[in-house]
Amino acid sequence: MNKQHTNRTLHYVLLLLLALGTLFPILWIFLSSFKPQSELFRVPLTLIPENWTIENYVSSIRQGNFIRYFSNTVFVAVVSTLLTVVINVMAGYALAKYIFPGRNLIFTLMIATLMIPLQVIMIPIFLQLKRLGMLNSLWGIIIPPAATPTGIFLARQYLVTLPDSLIEAARIDGAKEFYIFRKIIWQMSQPIVATIAIFSFMWRWNDFLWPLIVITDNKKQTIQQALANFVGQLQINWSELLAMTTIAIIPVIIVFLAFQRFFFSGITAGSVKG
Amino acid sequence: MKKTVQGNFHQVKAPLLFLLPNIIIFVIFIIIPAIQGLRMSFTEWGVFTEPTFIGLANFKELFQDKVFWKTFSNTLVFSFFTVAMLTIYSLLLALLLNKNSIKGEKICRSLFYIPSLLSMITVGIAWRFILGDEMGIINYLLSSLGGESIHWLTNGNLAMASIILVSVWAGAGYYMVILIGGLQAIPLELYEAATIDGASPAKTFLNITLPLLKSTLLVVMVLATISSFKAYELIFVMTKGGPGYATKLIVQQVYQVAFLEDRMGYASAMSILLMLLIGLVTIVQFRITGRDQDYE
Repeated sequence: MNKQHTNRTLHYVLLLLLALGTLFPILWIFLSSFKPQSELFRVPLTLIPENWTIENYVSSIRQGNFIRYFSNTVFVAVVSTLLTVVINVMAGYALAKYIFPGRNLIFTLMIATLMIPLQVIMIPIFLQLKRLGMLNSLWGIIIPPAATPTGIFLARQYLVTLPDSLIEAARIDGAKEFYIFRKIIWQMSQPIVATIAIFSFMWRWNDFLWPLIVITDNKKQTIQQALANFVGQLQINWSELLAMTTIAIIPVIIVFLAFQRFFFSGITAGSVKG
Repeated sequence: MKKTVQGNFHQVKAPLLFLLPNIIIFVIFIIIPAIQGLRMSFTEWGVFTEPTFIGLANFKELFQDKVFWKTFSNTLVFSFFTVAMLTIYSLLLALLLNKNSIKGEKICRSLFYIPSLLSMITVGIAWRFILGDEMGIINYLLSSLGGESIHWLTNGNLAMASIILVSVWAGAGYYMVILIGGLQAIPLELYEAATIDGASPAKTFLNITLPLLKSTLLVVMVLATISSFKAYELIFVMTKGGPGYATKLIVQQVYQVAFLEDRMGYASAMSILLMLLIGLVTIVQFRITGRDQDYE
Protein backbone atom coordinates (compact mmCIF):
# COMPACT_ATOMS: atom_id res chain seq x y z
CA MET A 1 0.00 0.00 0.00
CA ASN A 2 2.72 2.38 1.02
CA LYS A 3 4.76 1.60 -2.06
CA GLN A 4 1.81 2.33 -4.28
CA HIS A 5 1.43 5.65 -2.52
CA THR A 6 5.07 6.58 -3.21
CA ASN A 7 4.69 5.50 -6.82
CA ARG A 8 1.72 7.74 -7.26
CA THR A 9 3.51 10.70 -5.69
CA LEU A 10 6.46 10.11 -8.02
CA HIS A 11 4.08 9.95 -10.95
CA TYR A 12 2.63 13.37 -10.08
CA VAL A 13 5.99 14.95 -9.35
CA LEU A 14 7.37 13.76 -12.68
CA LEU A 15 4.31 15.05 -14.54
CA LEU A 16 4.56 18.39 -12.78
CA LEU A 17 8.24 18.81 -13.69
CA LEU A 18 7.62 17.89 -17.32
CA ALA A 19 4.61 20.21 -17.51
CA LEU A 20 6.77 23.01 -16.13
CA GLY A 21 9.42 22.40 -18.79
CA THR A 22 6.73 22.28 -21.47
CA LEU A 23 4.96 25.48 -20.53
CA PHE A 24 7.76 27.62 -19.13
CA PRO A 25 9.10 28.85 -22.51
CA ILE A 26 5.66 30.06 -23.57
CA LEU A 27 4.94 31.65 -20.21
CA TRP A 28 8.37 33.32 -20.22
CA ILE A 29 7.97 35.05 -23.59
CA PHE A 30 4.38 35.96 -22.76
CA LEU A 31 5.30 37.64 -19.47
CA SER A 32 8.47 39.19 -20.90
CA SER A 33 6.45 40.84 -23.66
CA PHE A 34 4.79 42.98 -20.98
CA LYS A 35 8.08 44.24 -19.53
CA PRO A 36 9.33 47.71 -20.47
CA GLN A 37 12.48 47.62 -22.62
CA SER A 38 14.65 48.72 -19.71
CA GLU A 39 13.51 45.74 -17.66
CA LEU A 40 13.80 42.99 -20.28
CA PHE A 41 17.48 42.14 -19.67
CA ARG A 42 17.94 43.83 -16.32
CA VAL A 43 19.72 41.71 -13.71
CA PRO A 44 18.27 40.17 -11.61
CA LEU A 45 15.69 38.80 -14.07
CA THR A 46 12.20 38.50 -12.69
CA LEU A 47 9.48 36.19 -13.93
CA ILE A 48 6.68 38.69 -13.36
CA PRO A 49 7.15 42.16 -14.87
CA GLU A 50 7.72 44.79 -12.20
CA ASN A 51 6.08 47.50 -14.26
CA TRP A 52 3.50 46.02 -16.59
CA THR A 53 3.26 47.80 -19.90
CA ILE A 54 1.56 47.34 -23.26
CA GLU A 55 3.99 49.74 -24.89
CA ASN A 56 5.66 46.89 -26.87
CA TYR A 57 2.32 45.93 -28.35
CA VAL A 58 1.41 49.49 -29.22
CA SER A 59 4.74 50.21 -30.91
CA SER A 60 4.88 46.94 -32.86
CA ILE A 61 1.33 47.38 -34.15
CA ARG A 62 2.03 50.98 -35.09
CA GLN A 63 5.27 50.34 -36.89
CA GLY A 64 5.52 49.41 -40.55
CA ASN A 65 3.09 46.99 -42.03
CA PHE A 66 2.18 44.89 -39.03
CA ILE A 67 -1.59 45.28 -39.41
CA ARG A 68 -1.24 44.44 -43.06
CA TYR A 69 0.75 41.26 -42.31
CA PHE A 70 -1.88 40.28 -39.79
CA SER A 71 -4.80 40.84 -42.15
CA ASN A 72 -2.97 39.07 -45.01
CA THR A 73 -2.58 36.07 -42.75
CA VAL A 74 -6.23 36.14 -41.65
CA PHE A 75 -7.33 36.35 -45.29
CA VAL A 76 -5.07 33.49 -46.39
CA ALA A 77 -5.96 31.24 -43.46
CA VAL A 78 -9.72 31.80 -43.72
CA VAL A 79 -10.08 31.58 -47.51
CA SER A 80 -7.74 28.61 -47.80
CA THR A 81 -9.61 26.82 -45.02
CA LEU A 82 -13.00 27.36 -46.70
CA LEU A 83 -11.60 26.03 -49.95
CA THR A 84 -9.94 23.07 -48.24
CA VAL A 85 -13.07 22.03 -46.38
CA VAL A 86 -15.30 22.13 -49.46
CA ILE A 87 -13.01 20.33 -51.90
CA ASN A 88 -11.76 17.78 -49.36
CA VAL A 89 -15.22 16.76 -48.19
CA MET A 90 -16.31 16.51 -51.84
CA ALA A 91 -13.37 14.23 -52.61
CA GLY A 92 -13.89 12.22 -49.43
CA TYR A 93 -17.53 11.71 -50.38
CA ALA A 94 -16.66 10.52 -53.88
CA LEU A 95 -14.14 8.03 -52.47
CA ALA A 96 -16.45 6.82 -49.71
CA LYS A 97 -19.78 6.42 -51.43
CA TYR A 98 -19.30 5.76 -55.13
CA ILE A 99 -17.92 2.79 -56.99
CA PHE A 100 -16.03 3.68 -60.14
CA PRO A 101 -13.00 2.40 -62.00
CA GLY A 102 -9.71 3.59 -60.50
CA ARG A 103 -11.20 4.57 -57.16
CA ASN A 104 -8.60 2.81 -55.03
CA LEU A 105 -5.77 3.96 -57.25
CA ILE A 106 -6.86 7.59 -56.96
CA PHE A 107 -7.17 7.28 -53.17
CA THR A 108 -3.73 5.68 -52.85
CA LEU A 109 -2.10 8.27 -55.11
CA MET A 110 -3.64 11.12 -53.15
CA ILE A 111 -2.36 9.75 -49.85
CA ALA A 112 1.02 9.03 -51.45
CA THR A 113 1.50 12.74 -52.16
CA LEU A 114 2.30 13.00 -48.43
CA MET A 115 5.64 11.44 -49.34
CA ILE A 116 6.51 14.38 -51.61
CA PRO A 117 6.76 17.32 -49.23
CA LEU A 118 7.01 20.88 -50.46
CA GLN A 119 10.61 20.98 -49.25
CA VAL A 120 11.57 18.47 -51.93
CA ILE A 121 9.82 20.18 -54.85
CA MET A 122 10.11 23.82 -53.91
CA ILE A 123 12.21 24.71 -56.96
CA PRO A 124 9.82 23.35 -59.64
CA ILE A 125 6.86 24.69 -57.62
CA PHE A 126 8.42 28.13 -57.72
CA LEU A 127 8.81 27.88 -61.50
CA GLN A 128 5.27 26.55 -61.89
CA LEU A 129 3.81 29.46 -59.92
CA LYS A 130 5.93 31.86 -61.93
CA ARG A 131 4.58 30.39 -65.16
CA LEU A 132 1.00 30.71 -63.88
CA GLY A 133 1.59 34.30 -62.79
CA MET A 134 0.85 33.44 -59.17
CA LEU A 135 4.10 34.71 -57.66
CA ASN A 136 3.54 37.58 -55.25
CA SER A 137 -0.16 36.85 -55.13
CA LEU A 138 -1.92 35.68 -52.00
CA TRP A 139 -3.72 33.13 -54.21
CA GLY A 140 -0.35 31.46 -54.69
CA ILE A 141 -0.32 30.53 -51.01
CA ILE A 142 -4.07 29.86 -50.82
CA ILE A 143 -4.78 27.48 -53.71
CA PRO A 144 -1.83 25.03 -53.96
CA PRO A 145 -1.85 23.87 -50.32
CA ALA A 146 -5.68 23.72 -50.19
CA ALA A 147 -5.86 20.13 -51.42
CA THR A 148 -4.61 18.25 -48.37
CA PRO A 149 -4.26 14.44 -48.39
CA THR A 150 -4.95 14.47 -44.65
CA GLY A 151 -8.27 16.24 -45.12
CA ILE A 152 -9.35 13.85 -47.87
CA PHE A 153 -8.39 10.88 -45.70
CA LEU A 154 -10.30 12.18 -42.66
CA ALA A 155 -13.39 13.03 -44.74
CA ARG A 156 -13.42 9.64 -46.43
CA GLN A 157 -13.02 7.71 -43.16
CA TYR A 158 -15.89 9.66 -41.65
CA LEU A 159 -18.29 9.49 -44.59
CA VAL A 160 -17.82 5.75 -45.10
CA THR A 161 -19.68 5.21 -41.83
CA LEU A 162 -22.78 7.16 -42.92
CA PRO A 163 -25.70 4.90 -43.96
CA ASP A 164 -26.26 4.50 -47.70
CA SER A 165 -30.02 4.38 -47.28
CA LEU A 166 -30.30 8.16 -46.93
CA ILE A 167 -28.63 8.72 -50.27
CA GLU A 168 -30.71 5.99 -51.90
CA ALA A 169 -33.93 7.48 -50.60
CA ALA A 170 -33.04 10.93 -51.91
CA ARG A 171 -32.15 9.46 -55.28
CA ILE A 172 -35.46 7.64 -55.53
CA ASP A 173 -37.12 10.98 -54.89
CA GLY A 174 -35.30 12.18 -57.98
CA ALA A 175 -32.60 14.31 -56.33
CA LYS A 176 -29.53 15.15 -58.41
CA GLU A 177 -26.08 14.03 -57.20
CA PHE A 178 -24.82 17.50 -56.36
CA TYR A 179 -28.07 18.36 -54.62
CA ILE A 180 -27.67 15.25 -52.44
CA PHE A 181 -24.16 16.36 -51.53
CA ARG A 182 -25.19 19.89 -50.70
CA LYS A 183 -28.39 19.13 -48.80
CA ILE A 184 -27.68 15.80 -47.09
CA ILE A 185 -24.01 14.91 -47.01
CA TRP A 186 -22.76 18.39 -46.16
CA GLN A 187 -25.23 18.67 -43.25
CA MET A 188 -24.16 15.32 -41.89
CA SER A 189 -20.44 16.04 -42.24
CA GLN A 190 -20.37 18.86 -39.71
CA PRO A 191 -18.09 17.11 -37.15
CA ILE A 192 -15.47 16.25 -39.76
CA VAL A 193 -15.84 19.66 -41.39
CA ALA A 194 -14.99 21.20 -38.03
CA THR A 195 -11.96 18.95 -37.58
CA ILE A 196 -10.56 19.65 -41.04
CA ALA A 197 -11.28 23.37 -40.74
CA ILE A 198 -9.41 23.66 -37.45
CA PHE A 199 -6.32 21.84 -38.71
CA SER A 200 -6.33 23.72 -41.98
CA PHE A 201 -6.57 27.06 -40.18
CA MET A 202 -3.65 26.14 -37.96
CA TRP A 203 -1.49 24.90 -40.84
CA ARG A 204 -2.11 27.99 -42.94
CA TRP A 205 -1.70 30.37 -40.02
CA ASN A 206 1.65 28.81 -39.09
CA ASP A 207 2.88 28.31 -42.63
CA PHE A 208 6.23 29.79 -43.51
CA LEU A 209 7.73 27.89 -46.44
CA TRP A 210 4.89 28.51 -48.93
CA PRO A 211 4.91 32.27 -48.32
CA LEU A 212 8.72 32.26 -48.39
CA ILE A 213 8.71 30.76 -51.89
CA VAL A 214 5.73 32.66 -53.31
CA ILE A 215 5.84 36.13 -51.75
CA THR A 216 8.68 38.60 -52.04
CA ASP A 217 6.62 41.80 -52.11
CA ASN A 218 6.85 43.18 -48.60
CA LYS A 219 3.21 44.31 -48.56
CA LYS A 220 1.91 40.80 -49.28
CA GLN A 221 3.85 38.98 -46.59
CA THR A 222 2.33 36.98 -43.77
CA ILE A 223 2.89 37.28 -40.06
CA GLN A 224 5.32 34.34 -39.92
CA GLN A 225 7.42 35.97 -42.64
CA ALA A 226 7.33 39.25 -40.76
CA LEU A 227 8.59 37.51 -37.64
CA ALA A 228 11.36 35.77 -39.59
CA ASN A 229 12.44 39.09 -41.13
CA PHE A 230 12.49 40.68 -37.70
CA VAL A 231 14.75 37.92 -36.34
CA GLY A 232 17.05 38.31 -39.34
CA GLN A 233 18.04 41.84 -38.37
CA LEU A 234 21.42 42.43 -36.78
CA GLN A 235 20.02 44.33 -33.85
CA ILE A 236 16.88 42.58 -32.71
CA ASN A 237 14.39 44.65 -30.77
CA TRP A 238 13.38 41.82 -28.48
CA SER A 239 10.64 43.70 -26.68
CA GLU A 240 8.74 44.30 -29.90
CA LEU A 241 9.58 40.85 -31.27
CA LEU A 242 8.14 39.13 -28.21
CA ALA A 243 4.96 41.19 -28.43
CA MET A 244 4.58 40.31 -32.13
CA THR A 245 5.27 36.64 -31.39
CA THR A 246 2.58 36.63 -28.72
CA ILE A 247 0.11 38.18 -31.16
CA ALA A 248 1.02 35.48 -33.71
CA ILE A 249 0.46 32.70 -31.17
CA ILE A 250 -2.85 33.84 -29.66
CA PRO A 251 -5.22 32.97 -32.57
CA VAL A 252 -4.18 29.30 -32.68
CA ILE A 253 -4.37 28.98 -28.90
CA ILE A 254 -7.91 30.41 -28.96
CA VAL A 255 -8.96 28.03 -31.73
CA PHE A 256 -7.42 25.15 -29.79
CA LEU A 257 -9.10 25.99 -26.49
CA ALA A 258 -12.47 26.38 -28.21
CA PHE A 259 -12.30 23.14 -30.22
CA GLN A 260 -10.06 20.80 -28.22
CA ARG A 261 -12.07 17.65 -28.76
CA PHE A 262 -11.92 18.03 -32.56
CA PHE A 263 -8.14 18.32 -32.36
CA PHE A 264 -7.61 15.07 -30.50
CA SER A 265 -10.17 13.03 -32.44
CA GLY A 266 -8.67 14.34 -35.68
CA ILE A 267 -5.11 13.38 -34.77
CA THR A 268 -6.10 9.92 -33.58
CA ALA A 269 -8.21 9.25 -36.66
CA GLY A 270 -5.76 10.66 -39.16
CA SER A 271 -2.35 10.10 -37.60
CA VAL A 272 -1.11 12.12 -40.49
CA LYS A 273 0.11 15.64 -40.92
CA GLY A 274 -0.16 17.61 -44.14
CA MET B 1 -15.20 -4.80 -35.22
CA LYS B 2 -14.93 -2.08 -37.80
CA LYS B 3 -17.91 -1.12 -39.89
CA THR B 4 -17.15 -1.69 -43.53
CA VAL B 5 -20.07 -0.04 -45.21
CA GLN B 6 -18.97 0.46 -48.79
CA GLY B 7 -20.85 2.74 -51.09
CA ASN B 8 -22.81 0.98 -53.78
CA PHE B 9 -23.47 3.75 -56.21
CA HIS B 10 -22.12 2.90 -59.60
CA GLN B 11 -21.46 6.21 -61.21
CA VAL B 12 -18.54 7.68 -63.03
CA LYS B 13 -19.32 11.28 -63.80
CA ALA B 14 -20.48 12.51 -60.40
CA PRO B 15 -17.55 11.16 -58.33
CA LEU B 16 -14.99 12.39 -60.84
CA LEU B 17 -16.53 15.84 -60.71
CA PHE B 18 -16.35 15.75 -56.92
CA LEU B 19 -12.70 14.74 -57.12
CA LEU B 20 -11.78 17.18 -59.86
CA PRO B 21 -10.66 20.23 -57.82
CA ASN B 22 -8.30 18.12 -55.74
CA ILE B 23 -6.99 16.26 -58.75
CA ILE B 24 -6.30 19.49 -60.63
CA ILE B 25 -4.37 20.94 -57.70
CA PHE B 26 -2.41 17.72 -57.12
CA VAL B 27 -1.49 17.44 -60.79
CA ILE B 28 -0.49 21.09 -61.23
CA PHE B 29 1.26 21.60 -57.91
CA ILE B 30 2.68 18.20 -56.97
CA ILE B 31 2.86 15.72 -59.82
CA ILE B 32 4.05 18.01 -62.62
CA PRO B 33 6.58 19.75 -60.34
CA ALA B 34 7.86 16.38 -59.09
CA ILE B 35 8.46 15.19 -62.66
CA GLN B 36 9.92 18.53 -63.61
CA GLY B 37 12.21 18.42 -60.58
CA LEU B 38 13.59 15.12 -61.78
CA ARG B 39 14.15 16.52 -65.27
CA MET B 40 15.76 19.66 -63.89
CA SER B 41 18.31 17.63 -61.97
CA PHE B 42 19.90 16.73 -65.33
CA THR B 43 20.20 20.33 -66.45
CA GLU B 44 22.05 23.50 -65.77
CA TRP B 45 19.43 26.09 -65.01
CA GLY B 46 19.24 29.55 -63.49
CA VAL B 47 16.05 31.52 -62.99
CA PHE B 48 16.58 33.74 -66.00
CA THR B 49 18.46 31.36 -68.26
CA GLU B 50 17.30 28.53 -70.48
CA PRO B 51 17.98 25.03 -69.18
CA THR B 52 20.79 23.04 -70.81
CA PHE B 53 20.88 19.27 -70.59
CA ILE B 54 24.11 18.15 -68.94
CA GLY B 55 23.41 14.50 -68.16
CA LEU B 56 24.70 13.27 -64.83
CA ALA B 57 27.10 16.17 -64.33
CA ASN B 58 25.12 17.59 -61.39
CA PHE B 59 25.22 14.26 -59.58
CA LYS B 60 28.93 13.85 -60.27
CA GLU B 61 29.58 17.30 -58.87
CA LEU B 62 27.36 16.48 -55.91
CA PHE B 63 29.51 13.52 -54.91
CA GLN B 64 32.54 15.82 -54.67
CA ASP B 65 30.67 18.59 -52.89
CA LYS B 66 31.98 18.71 -49.32
CA VAL B 67 29.38 21.24 -48.17
CA PHE B 68 26.58 19.04 -49.45
CA TRP B 69 27.91 15.97 -47.64
CA LYS B 70 28.27 18.00 -44.48
CA THR B 71 24.59 18.97 -44.72
CA PHE B 72 23.77 15.36 -45.56
CA SER B 73 25.42 13.99 -42.44
CA ASN B 74 23.96 16.84 -40.36
CA THR B 75 20.52 15.81 -41.60
CA LEU B 76 21.11 12.19 -40.59
CA VAL B 77 22.38 13.18 -37.12
CA PHE B 78 19.55 15.65 -36.57
CA SER B 79 16.94 13.22 -37.80
CA PHE B 80 18.24 10.18 -35.88
CA PHE B 81 18.40 11.89 -32.51
CA THR B 82 15.21 13.87 -32.98
CA VAL B 83 13.17 10.80 -33.95
CA ALA B 84 14.67 8.60 -31.22
CA MET B 85 14.13 11.16 -28.48
CA LEU B 86 10.69 12.17 -29.74
CA THR B 87 9.52 8.57 -29.77
CA ILE B 88 10.81 7.81 -26.29
CA TYR B 89 9.67 11.08 -24.74
CA SER B 90 6.19 11.06 -26.29
CA LEU B 91 5.80 7.42 -25.22
CA LEU B 92 6.74 8.42 -21.67
CA LEU B 93 4.16 11.22 -21.74
CA ALA B 94 1.51 8.90 -23.17
CA LEU B 95 2.15 6.31 -20.45
CA LEU B 96 2.06 8.94 -17.71
CA LEU B 97 -1.19 10.41 -18.97
CA ASN B 98 -2.99 7.28 -20.07
CA LYS B 99 -3.64 5.93 -16.59
CA ASN B 100 -7.18 6.59 -15.55
CA SER B 101 -5.96 7.02 -12.00
CA ILE B 102 -4.57 10.43 -12.85
CA LYS B 103 -6.89 13.24 -11.94
CA GLY B 104 -7.30 15.92 -14.56
CA GLU B 105 -5.60 13.85 -17.24
CA LYS B 106 -7.58 15.65 -19.95
CA ILE B 107 -6.28 19.04 -18.86
CA CYS B 108 -2.75 17.64 -18.64
CA ARG B 109 -3.06 16.27 -22.15
CA SER B 110 -4.06 19.69 -23.46
CA LEU B 111 -1.20 21.36 -21.61
CA PHE B 112 1.37 19.00 -23.09
CA TYR B 113 -0.14 19.49 -26.54
CA ILE B 114 0.21 23.30 -26.54
CA PRO B 115 3.77 23.50 -27.98
CA SER B 116 2.55 21.55 -31.03
CA LEU B 117 0.21 24.43 -31.85
CA LEU B 118 3.00 26.94 -32.36
CA SER B 119 4.62 27.66 -35.70
CA MET B 120 8.25 26.62 -35.86
CA ILE B 121 9.12 30.28 -36.41
CA THR B 122 7.61 31.26 -33.04
CA VAL B 123 9.15 28.18 -31.37
CA GLY B 124 12.56 29.26 -32.68
CA ILE B 125 12.07 32.83 -31.47
CA ALA B 126 11.02 31.70 -27.99
CA TRP B 127 14.00 29.39 -27.60
CA ARG B 128 16.49 31.83 -29.05
CA PHE B 129 15.31 34.28 -26.41
CA ILE B 130 15.76 31.63 -23.72
CA LEU B 131 19.10 30.20 -24.88
CA GLY B 132 20.75 33.47 -25.92
CA ASP B 133 24.42 33.86 -24.95
CA GLU B 134 24.33 37.19 -23.17
CA MET B 135 20.81 37.64 -22.01
CA GLY B 136 19.07 34.27 -22.11
CA ILE B 137 17.45 33.12 -18.90
CA ILE B 138 19.23 29.76 -18.90
CA ASN B 139 22.66 31.34 -18.94
CA TYR B 140 21.47 33.87 -16.38
CA LEU B 141 20.46 31.04 -14.04
CA LEU B 142 23.73 29.19 -14.68
CA SER B 143 25.84 32.23 -13.91
CA SER B 144 23.87 33.12 -10.81
CA LEU B 145 24.54 29.58 -9.59
CA GLY B 146 28.22 30.29 -10.08
CA GLY B 147 28.59 28.47 -13.38
CA GLU B 148 29.82 29.82 -16.68
CA SER B 149 27.47 30.78 -19.46
CA ILE B 150 27.22 28.24 -22.25
CA HIS B 151 27.26 29.03 -25.97
CA TRP B 152 24.10 27.10 -26.78
CA LEU B 153 23.71 28.41 -30.30
CA THR B 154 27.23 29.50 -31.22
CA ASN B 155 29.17 26.32 -30.45
CA GLY B 156 28.77 23.75 -33.24
CA ASN B 157 27.89 20.60 -31.31
CA LEU B 158 25.83 22.44 -28.73
CA ALA B 159 23.90 24.23 -31.46
CA MET B 160 22.99 20.88 -33.02
CA ALA B 161 21.99 19.52 -29.62
CA SER B 162 19.90 22.62 -28.97
CA ILE B 163 17.88 22.39 -32.18
CA ILE B 164 17.33 18.67 -31.55
CA LEU B 165 16.03 19.31 -28.03
CA VAL B 166 13.83 22.17 -29.20
CA SER B 167 12.39 19.96 -31.96
CA VAL B 168 11.55 17.35 -29.36
CA TRP B 169 9.95 19.99 -27.15
CA ALA B 170 7.85 21.24 -30.06
CA GLY B 171 6.75 17.87 -31.46
CA ALA B 172 6.18 15.63 -28.45
CA GLY B 173 2.57 16.65 -27.73
CA TYR B 174 1.35 15.66 -31.17
CA TYR B 175 2.91 12.18 -31.07
CA MET B 176 1.75 11.76 -27.46
CA VAL B 177 -1.87 12.10 -28.64
CA ILE B 178 -1.34 9.43 -31.32
CA LEU B 179 0.26 7.09 -28.77
CA ILE B 180 -2.50 7.61 -26.20
CA GLY B 181 -4.91 6.56 -28.95
CA GLY B 182 -2.82 3.42 -29.46
CA LEU B 183 -2.67 2.67 -25.73
CA GLN B 184 -6.40 3.00 -25.36
CA ALA B 185 -6.97 0.47 -28.13
CA ILE B 186 -5.24 -2.24 -26.03
CA PRO B 187 -7.94 -4.39 -24.35
CA LEU B 188 -8.04 -3.86 -20.58
CA GLU B 189 -8.61 -7.59 -19.97
CA LEU B 190 -5.00 -8.26 -20.96
CA TYR B 191 -3.79 -6.04 -18.14
CA GLU B 192 -6.24 -7.59 -15.70
CA ALA B 193 -5.00 -11.06 -16.61
CA ALA B 194 -1.39 -9.92 -16.14
CA THR B 195 -2.19 -8.49 -12.71
CA ILE B 196 -3.84 -11.75 -11.66
CA ASP B 197 -0.78 -13.66 -12.83
CA GLY B 198 1.31 -11.36 -10.66
CA ALA B 199 3.36 -9.87 -13.50
CA SER B 200 5.54 -6.90 -12.57
CA PRO B 201 4.81 -3.53 -14.24
CA ALA B 202 8.05 -3.85 -16.22
CA LYS B 203 7.05 -7.30 -17.49
CA THR B 204 3.56 -6.09 -18.37
CA PHE B 205 5.06 -3.22 -20.32
CA LEU B 206 7.49 -5.44 -22.24
CA ASN B 207 5.09 -8.30 -22.92
CA ILE B 208 1.77 -6.55 -23.45
CA THR B 209 2.08 -2.82 -24.01
CA LEU B 210 5.10 -2.72 -26.29
CA PRO B 211 4.11 -5.51 -28.71
CA LEU B 212 0.57 -4.20 -29.03
CA LEU B 213 1.77 -0.65 -29.50
CA LYS B 214 4.22 -1.62 -32.23
CA SER B 215 2.16 -0.44 -35.18
CA THR B 216 1.35 2.89 -33.53
CA LEU B 217 5.01 3.39 -32.69
CA LEU B 218 5.86 2.72 -36.32
CA VAL B 219 3.40 5.39 -37.46
CA VAL B 220 4.94 7.82 -34.98
CA MET B 221 8.46 7.05 -36.15
CA VAL B 222 7.64 7.37 -39.83
CA LEU B 223 5.80 10.66 -39.35
CA ALA B 224 8.56 12.02 -37.11
CA THR B 225 11.22 11.01 -39.63
CA ILE B 226 9.51 12.70 -42.57
CA SER B 227 8.91 15.80 -40.52
CA SER B 228 12.54 15.89 -39.31
CA PHE B 229 13.79 15.75 -42.90
CA LYS B 230 11.63 18.78 -43.65
CA ALA B 231 12.95 20.94 -40.81
CA TYR B 232 13.63 24.43 -42.07
CA GLU B 233 12.08 27.22 -39.99
CA LEU B 234 13.63 26.31 -36.66
CA ILE B 235 17.16 26.42 -38.04
CA PHE B 236 16.37 29.53 -40.06
CA VAL B 237 15.45 31.36 -36.86
CA MET B 238 17.80 29.82 -34.31
CA THR B 239 21.16 29.32 -36.02
CA LYS B 240 20.86 30.17 -39.74
CA GLY B 241 22.66 26.87 -40.26
CA GLY B 242 25.69 28.00 -38.28
CA PRO B 243 28.07 28.32 -36.69
CA GLY B 244 29.85 27.58 -39.97
CA TYR B 245 27.90 24.70 -41.42
CA ALA B 246 27.30 23.00 -38.08
CA THR B 247 23.51 22.96 -38.19
CA LYS B 248 22.87 23.34 -41.91
CA LEU B 249 20.55 20.63 -43.23
CA ILE B 250 19.91 19.54 -46.82
CA VAL B 251 16.73 21.64 -47.12
CA GLN B 252 18.64 24.80 -46.14
CA GLN B 253 21.34 24.00 -48.68
CA VAL B 254 18.76 23.38 -51.43
CA TYR B 255 17.13 26.75 -50.74
CA GLN B 256 20.48 28.53 -50.67
CA VAL B 257 21.82 26.99 -53.89
CA ALA B 258 18.54 27.37 -55.79
CA PHE B 259 17.37 30.81 -54.76
CA LEU B 260 20.47 32.63 -53.56
CA GLU B 261 23.15 31.12 -55.81
CA ASP B 262 20.71 30.71 -58.70
CA ARG B 263 21.69 27.13 -59.58
CA MET B 264 18.29 25.50 -59.96
CA GLY B 265 19.45 22.35 -61.73
CA TYR B 266 22.14 21.57 -59.20
CA ALA B 267 19.78 22.21 -56.29
CA SER B 268 17.21 19.90 -57.93
CA ALA B 269 19.77 17.10 -57.91
CA MET B 270 20.11 17.64 -54.13
CA SER B 271 16.32 17.49 -53.75
CA ILE B 272 16.26 14.17 -55.60
CA LEU B 273 18.79 12.73 -53.15
CA LEU B 274 16.72 14.06 -50.24
CA MET B 275 13.61 12.39 -51.65
CA LEU B 276 15.47 9.09 -52.06
CA LEU B 277 16.73 9.40 -48.50
CA ILE B 278 13.19 9.92 -47.14
CA GLY B 279 11.91 6.93 -49.12
CA LEU B 280 14.79 4.68 -48.06
CA VAL B 281 14.55 5.48 -44.36
CA THR B 282 10.77 4.92 -44.39
CA ILE B 283 11.17 1.52 -46.04
CA VAL B 284 13.86 0.51 -43.52
CA GLN B 285 11.59 1.50 -40.64
CA PHE B 286 8.76 -0.63 -41.99
CA ARG B 287 11.15 -3.56 -42.43
CA ILE B 288 12.65 -3.35 -38.95
CA THR B 289 9.33 -3.09 -37.22
CA GLY B 290 8.03 -6.03 -39.21
CA ARG B 291 5.12 -6.13 -41.58
CA ASP B 292 3.23 -8.87 -39.79
CA GLN B 293 1.02 -6.25 -38.19
CA ASP B 294 -1.84 -4.87 -40.17
CA TYR B 295 -2.84 -1.50 -38.87
CA GLU B 296 -5.92 0.38 -39.75
